[in-house]
Amino acid sequence: MSATLNATFEPVVGRYLRMKLQGRSHRIYVEEAGQGIPLLCLHTAGADTRQYRALLNDARILQHFRVVAFDLPWHGKSSPPEGWQDRDYALTSRAYLDTILAVADALALEKPVAMGCSIGGRIALHLALHHAERFRAIIGLEAGAHVDPYYDLGWLHRPDVHGGEVCAGVVSGLIAPGSPDADRWETLWHYMQGGPGVFKGDLHFYTADGDMRGQLGAIDTRKCPLYLLTGEFDYSCTPEDTLEVARRIPGAEAIIMKDIGHFPMSEHPQRFLDYLRPVLEKIRLEKIRGA
Amino acid sequence: MAESVLERVNGNERLLRRGQLVNARLLIDTGEVSWLVAIVAGRLASVTRGPFVMPSWDFALRFSGEGWQRYASPDPLPGFNDLFALMKKRLLRVEGNLHPFMSNLFYFKAVLAEFSQAHPQ
Repeated sequence: MSATLNATFEPVVGRYLRMKLQGRSHRIYVEEAGQGIPLLCLHTAGADTRQYRALLNDARILQHFRVVAFDLPWHGKSSPPEGWQDRDYALTSRAYLDTILAVADALALEKPVAMGCSIGGRIALHLALHHAERFRAIIGLEAGAHVDPYYDLGWLHRPDVHGGEVCAGVVSGLIAPGSPDADRWETLWHYMQGGPGVFKGDLHFYTADGDMRGQLGAIDTRKCPLYLLTGEFDYSCTPEDTLEVARRIPGAEAIIMKDIGHFPMSEHPQRFLDYLRPVLEKIRLEKIRGA
Repeated sequence: MAESVLERVNGNERLLRRGQLVNARLLIDTGEVSWLVAIVAGRLASVTRGPFVMPSWDFALRFSGEGWQRYASPDPLPGFNDLFALMKKRLLRVEGNLHPFMSNLFYFKAVLAEFSQAHPQ
């Protein structure tokens, strides 16, 4: 870490990865910090890797984990594919899974821990079902099997409504009332910066294509441990939703986090890290026991 | 009490800035009482208590009695702390021309929060 009198570099390094996804060229933004067990982090719908800024700066975790986060195509500093202007974006389970596995392969991550929030929590369940053997452990944040839309998603992408304002306005109540103001508004800023139609496109996966009901029982936690952490103030993926997932998956461990909402790592990072560190420690020691 | 929410909103410079393009008539139905709120350039021009015979409004927020009670409590429990949380629980229905509401969500969420403090019952 280098520093001048009033400025300090964080340990986070960001780079662009050129790769093919679903047969198309992509430019994917990747951030990482730390060393050790790879921990691949997946952001929420309509947001980007900045949600993991605290985790990427946590010295205790970075001592044992190589924390990696990437912006999905269309999000953050990852570009949409060429020709984006001629189609509507809609995330599918297949594309989401392919992207995660392709990025993990491109970065040569060996048996990473996968951790995702919201849509990332949902895809974590898909990873646990279809690709358990590739991961050391899987952590679903705000993970439920399904969410029915509770408002008209059409409002999220129309030219007569400011996309940034409406996306952030919709999700603002998902942040717990007691979360620090600075982190609350940083989280909302990310939503205000999303591209037109991107949040809505992600919700195609969240509310339709990514439905995991009826498949949870096939997840085998003997192949890969599964941890589920959900904030008590999340009304999108409620604690009851997560506890129901845990009930249907033998061996899954669920933790309900006090005074946290839908964006734990971003809205109240230090409180979230208090919950996450013991889970990561357990995963780390589990590896040593099995070595 | 009506003066109180007028003061709370009209005295909040940042809130008025957020709502500067809002011109709408809003009906708030708490399950027990109805209110008509006239908004001009983000400013609350009037807040009128019902019942009404022929209310005219652009959009309406219709709470169930339970929904309003829980939302308006000083420290709402999880699941009752936001308009969208209530919508998901079917304790709030939003009707009418939703464009003013959806294009000014931060403004209306703040106005409703002020209103609930002024009119918890």
